[in-house]
Amino acid sequence: MMAAGTMGIVAHLTDGVSARTLAWLAALLALLLAAPWIVNDYLVTVLILILYLAYTGQAWNIMMGFAGQLSLGHAIYVGLAGYIAASLFIRFGIDPWLGFLAALPVAAACGAIIGFLAFRFGVTGVYFAILTIAFAEFARIGFGHLGIVNAAAGLFLPVAQYTHNDPWRLRGDPTMFYYVMLAATVIAFILCRLLIKSRIGYFWLAIREDEEAARAAGIDAFRYKMYAIVISAAVTSFAGVFYAFFYNNLFPEQVFGISGSIQMILGPIIGGVGTLFGPILGAFVLTGLAESLNAALAAFGFDLPGAEQVFYGVCLLIVVVALPEGIWPWLAPRLGISERSQ
Amino acid sequence: MTALLSLTGVSKRFRGLVAVDRVSFDVAESAIFAVIGPNGAGKTTLFNTVAGAMAPDEGTIVFAGEPIGGLPADAVCRRGLARTFQLVRPFPALSVEDNVIVGALLHRRHVGAARDHAQSLLRRLGLFDKRCQIASTLTLPDRKRLEVARALATQPRLLLLDEVMAGLRPTETDRMVATLRELNRDTGVTILLIEHVMRAVMALASRVLVLDHGVVIAEGAPQAVVRDPAVVQSYLGAEAV
Repeated sequence: MMAAGTMGIVAHLTDGVSARTLAWLAALLALLLAAPWIVNDYLVTVLILILYLAYTGQAWNIMMGFAGQLSLGHAIYVGLAGYIAASLFIRFGIDPWLGFLAALPVAAACGAIIGFLAFRFGVTGVYFAILTIAFAEFARIGFGHLGIVNAAAGLFLPVAQYTHNDPWRLRGDPTMFYYVMLAATVIAFILCRLLIKSRIGYFWLAIREDEEAARAAGIDAFRYKMYAIVISAAVTSFAGVFYAFFYNNLFPEQVFGISGSIQMILGPIIGGVGTLFGPILGAFVLTGLAESLNAALAAFGFDLPGAEQVFYGVCLLIVVVALPEGIWPWLAPRLGISERSQ
Repeated sequence: MTALLSLTGVSKRFRGLVAVDRVSFDVAESAIFAVIGPNGAGKTTLFNTVAGAMAPDEGTIVFAGEPIGGLPADAVCRRGLARTFQLVRPFPALSVEDNVIVGALLHRRHVGAARDHAQSLLRRLGLFDKRCQIASTLTLPDRKRLEVARALATQPRLLLLDEVMAGLRPTETDRMVATLRELNRDTGVTILLIEHVMRAVMALASRVLVLDHGVVIAEGAPQAVVRDPAVVQSYLGAEAV
């Protein structure tokens, strides 16, 4: 019975996916599963950062890539969820997964408030983007003065040496965190595919392409834009919980700052906005190359703070000029993979 | 005869300009009804008030027994009025098939069922072979047909066509006329069209309404209307008769 159900889900997920695409995905997944045994500890932490950005990039892509709503303040959902889960853990000893269950609805509600204000009153395009920045900045300044979370001095989680990995409490070595983030990235990927192949996904694409024409086709644009922001915020919230328990500290400047929001969207932009695999590819390309650059600079004895940011800028410039659709729409046909053109 | 769509005293003003001035008419179920008139006569404004793109300032619009004046466009569509745009607006980055699937999903929950419906419409509109093309790569006649297919996919009782023949060559116009006539005959869908191309109006419409400066100057069977002196003077010109 269970097996039949699982087979049904697998059949649904792989419906219309070519064998070649599945082979590529299986190979990639196998490689990622084996990675911690192949690479050293430092590279595992780099891979965690890559997966973290792949995850958040996918979450952001639901809003921008699918529904066409540009958010430049997604850090607010990371920050809110991180602070909630961390505070519950510090004050009441509540486990992070339970903390996540508390943080998710708060992040989703925050998304709903921003979405309601914007979409009900016809705030679109760059004005919507500015509104999302405003909310994130408001949260950054607010949390910077909020005594119960230690304001600007930052919130620290107790760090103790653990003799074994405890995934339930998110305490353990980087390898454990790596697998947690890998699982989250895979789940987000599956979720995104299910969404985009369903009724809601078609309606989002229609709104992204032409909202007035979408409404003329009977689509309640307000409602579907609300779904997009709430789902995107809810998905993003897990990244906040992960961030809090992986880094063990939260500073308003770091988690709510605009640089966090920007970093989240660079991956999808470089990989391909609106594609399923673009955010993942973009995270690998950007962070992978940036880390290689850092390593190369260190090996040659250079110490150039800020080189990474310059590198991000150059990457963005190259992609915008040479491949305005992102790398994935260019690369996919060359690998013999066709993703529904989006 | 029961009217599917009934307008009573509908007016729409833009500041001082009265674009539509107390217009009343009835469209019978399964009819093909054309609204004609010179440029700036208020045809598109009238159309937009019916389609929900604008609320009328005065008057009532009743569709299938329910008032729809002032309802938003998506609510109007869900009640069974689907429109096309004068300047076509297919979803540019989506494939032809996906464009129509969007419409078909309005009354269907599953993409598979919507795809089946979309494909049958694409066959009817002669776009089936182009279903995998990206909409923005289509020629204008094909984009116009795609708009009709997408509107039809929402299973309307009333199809609102805003100058769907404009910019088409005569052979393409004839093809569109034939398609619409077949549709009307086979499915019984009522059609309200705004049209400049008299050749199409004469071939299609069972009833014609003529607008000039926002006012109805004539209404009746097409053959009678084109001989109406007021219509000839304001719109058609002597040589058109």
